[in-house]
Amino acid sequence: MNAHAPLPAAGCGVAIRPERGQRAVFCGLTGIVWLHRKIQDAFFLVVGSRTCAHLIQSAAGVMIFAEPRFATAIIDERDLAGIADMNEELDRVVTRLIERRPDIRLLFLVGSCPSEVIKLDLSRAALRLSQRLAPGVRVLDYSGSGIETTFTEGEDACLASLVPGLTDAGPAAADELLVVGALADVVEDQFSRIFSELGIPARFLPARRAGAMPAVGRGTPYLLAQPFLTQTARALDERGARRLPAPFPLGAEGTTGWLRAAAEAFGVDPARFDAATAPGLGRARIALSPYRAKLAGKRVFFFPDSQLEVPLARFLSREMGAELVEVGTPYLHRTHLAPELELLPDGTQIVEGQSLDDGLDRCRAARPDLTVCGLGLANPLEAEGLATKWSIELLFTPVQGYDQAGDLAELFARPLHRRTRLEV
Amino acid sequence: MQLTVWTYEGPPHIGAMRIATAMEGLHYVLHAPQGDTYADLLFTMIERRAKRPPVTYTTFQARDLGGDTAAIFKDAVAAAYARFQPQAMIVGASCTAELIQDDPGGLAKALNLPIPVIPLELPAYQKKENWGASETFYRLVRTLAGAPVTRAPRDGRRPVCNVLGPTALGFRHRDDLIEVTKLLETLGVAVNVVAPLGASPADLGRLGEADFNIVLYPEIARAAAQYLEKAHGQPFIDIVPIGVGATTRFVEAVAALAGLDPAPILAGAPSRLPWYSRSVDSTYLTDKRVFVFGDATHALGIARVAARELGFKLVGLGTYSREFAREVRAEAALHGIEATISDDYLDVEAAIQAAQPELVLGTQMERHVAKRLGIPCAVISAPVHVQDFPARHSPQMGFEGANVLFDTLVHPLMMGLEEHLLGMFREDSEFHNGAAPSHLGHGPARSAEASAPAQATAPLPEPLTEPAPPATAPAPIRVEAEAIHAMPQPAAHPAPWAPDAEKELRKIPFFVRGKARANTERFARERQLPLITLETLYDAKAHFGR
Repeated sequence: MNAHAPLPAAGCGVAIRPERGQRAVFCGLTGIVWLHRKIQDAFFLVVGSRTCAHLIQSAAGVMIFAEPRFATAIIDERDLAGIADMNEELDRVVTRLIERRPDIRLLFLVGSCPSEVIKLDLSRAALRLSQRLAPGVRVLDYSGSGIETTFTEGEDACLASLVPGLTDAGPAAADELLVVGALADVVEDQFSRIFSELGIPARFLPARRAGAMPAVGRGTPYLLAQPFLTQTARALDERGARRLPAPFPLGAEGTTGWLRAAAEAFGVDPARFDAATAPGLGRARIALSPYRAKLAGKRVFFFPDSQLEVPLARFLSREMGAELVEVGTPYLHRTHLAPELELLPDGTQIVEGQSLDDGLDRCRAARPDLTVCGLGLANPLEAEGLATKWSIELLFTPVQGYDQAGDLAELFARPLHRRTRLEV
Repeated sequence: MQLTVWTYEGPPHIGAMRIATAMEGLHYVLHAPQGDTYADLLFTMIERRAKRPPVTYTTFQARDLGGDTAAIFKDAVAAAYARFQPQAMIVGASCTAELIQDDPGGLAKALNLPIPVIPLELPAYQKKENWGASETFYRLVRTLAGAPVTRAPRDGRRPVCNVLGPTALGFRHRDDLIEVTKLLETLGVAVNVVAPLGASPADLGRLGEADFNIVLYPEIARAAAQYLEKAHGQPFIDIVPIGVGATTRFVEAVAALAGLDPAPILAGAPSRLPWYSRSVDSTYLTDKRVFVFGDATHALGIARVAARELGFKLVGLGTYSREFAREVRAEAALHGIEATISDDYLDVEAAIQAAQPELVLGTQMERHVAKRLGIPCAVISAPVHVQDFPARHSPQMGFEGANVLFDTLVHPLMMGLEEHLLGMFREDSEFHNGAAPSHLGHGPARSAEASAPAQATAPLPEPLTEPAPPATAPAPIRVEAEAIHAMPQPAAHPAPWAPDAEKELRKIPFFVRGKARANTERFARERQLPLITLETLYDAKAHFGR
């Protein structure tokens, strides 16, 4: 819709073009689906409309029946008309919720588009409820609304809301590494083992339980495990923590670069680093090699979704030999992504933002071998004869680290493999 | 505010999307924030549609709110018209856009497009998905059906009807339509327009040419049919042909309206259900306790099939369609029960627990509730998941639909019996819980005592009588369910069970075991027995009968 001239990014040969228009993306509420699995004694209460409840149940699929730790307080006409006092209503809902779920230690009030538009002050509500429910339950708030957050930015907003409440690490702040971003437990455990072999004491944000969140302080070095943590990083910086620039731990190369950033910050001897990473690196190379044959030379098109697109594109191009047609991303943090951008091949077209129909036109014209896109586009593009990889799976599947590198490649190779398998 | 974990229906604009997606040549511009496009995947994934829904979202963001969201909307309408060249458009707001109070209808009108642009008022904080679908279809029909036409006299030509109601994302709408069309063809009635599924705005302009209308899903099309009756003098039939009896009445009603003889269709054996249901193998279905819940159309239709055509005993009936509460209450009253009218699945869960059915017929939610309670279940109504948009032909309506229903409703019970048989033989030396798998030879045999606790913690056996959920799961959120919960559960502690009585109880099929336990405990309480013995169990059985 609004075409802009390509803006060359400083210091590397990629072309970054902003785009505005219709966007086919999830809102930040979706982050609840994986965050509530990660923090096991937290509950996520969305304050929103029936649409919000419908979105989460659509995204959560069957998980909703496993007594999930999320729900929606649906605003109704009585609230809007002022017949019911919304803060009293919210207190009533929360009180009953906590009575029913005494195991909950941390309650997130999650803002939505309706609650933001009517300017319901959830931060004051969180403060009020925190005082009432202390010391058993802490109440925090963040916005997962579509008007403010795109998909994974919901996790960013959630983690950022945790940062002010983290304990001050004091003089020992610089002694411990902080790893930021929700990772699958299996991945977190693998990284824990590698860090301990490197002799680096490491803690993870978010922790698996509300009472076990890491401390932070002046000089705490932190590594972002996910590329979408803008606000969280800013909040950590405000606490005096110091970000270690690194590529993201996707693929063998990304994982090594990510670990190396920590090793250098802690002055780990290069020989020790090689010894600690060699087994994982070896396994990753073995696991990746069969997929390289399937993905090399394949032309890949990314629709914007999660901000993982740039690191994934880097992995596919450098480790799998794929060719990048277009890399769409909902938002590009130039500084956090700088180490990734340097690794992308010259001339890579990055599109920040979206104009859906224009993007579809470009995709159809390019006829890529593989299109990475959301579930709203995947089947329609398949019906047009394009192979697709639905992108949400990249958030729900453990893909980071050495031992998941093969799984990550397989996620992209499977749709291509399947197309050769089917005879009808 | 209402605390909600699960919702049976989406917001009303999802209903409007179901109409737009069902039709051809219609485009919907929805004023909505970024993120509301999630609704696309209901159609592309659950229904596996090969095209994107014909919906353009404005996807405004926070930075747009300070500026001109109205301009964003107008641009989106203009761009959608230029790109898709639809015959007509519908425009409206989702819940958030309703709050920012741009006027989609007025803004679209200002563009002066050369096609009909129909504004939708869908109050998102009061109404829900089915209402949205009904309202959208009504508005479309009202705008596009045009002026009344003079229909040719009936003698010497085939009677003509419209079939109204099937939509996108409708539970078995695709196959119901095939069955009903087949019935109409056999009867000698021509179909003028099927809408909204497959119809274009131009087709809606031809609605008036039909002699009468057939409403397949009253939730969606009754309002439009009432309008056509008034404006175009078309009578309508809204008998929902689910089951043999209803299909017969449907055929007779259509034949009467069309002046045709229904006998050729009804003669012979148009459905296998009556014979299957009469065959002696089905005797064990008699008075099986069944709980039915769904949208009003399906809950009513299936309840009648269950009670009158399969010989089940209806112990629960309910719907989340409040608009049809009266009809559902009336049907429930015929069975001496009170209808469950609720859109809170925890209420429904409590009602199921209280009714202690042996079979649950419901939506995707009841499937999960039944799974948790260890009761057989079949899905008979939306909302449903992807497996209930099957590749095979599986109508609910018409005579073939009745065949499908017989299989669907009986199948989980057959499996229930199989499971019971396995449970019965569990104490055999080969089958008890402590026995090692046969292919591993003779493992270390455990004593009977050791295997008993294992049985008690097995996931399925007897959750019917457990007022609290299993200790391993966190307590569910129950906001309004206390009253219903309290009803069947004794206030005082029941008498303890003697070990031999407890053991005997486990021999009772698991799907009636809960009822046996409750009855026995009630019996013991009423007589103030200190201990439930083997004799108490059988005394209670004799006392209450079945």
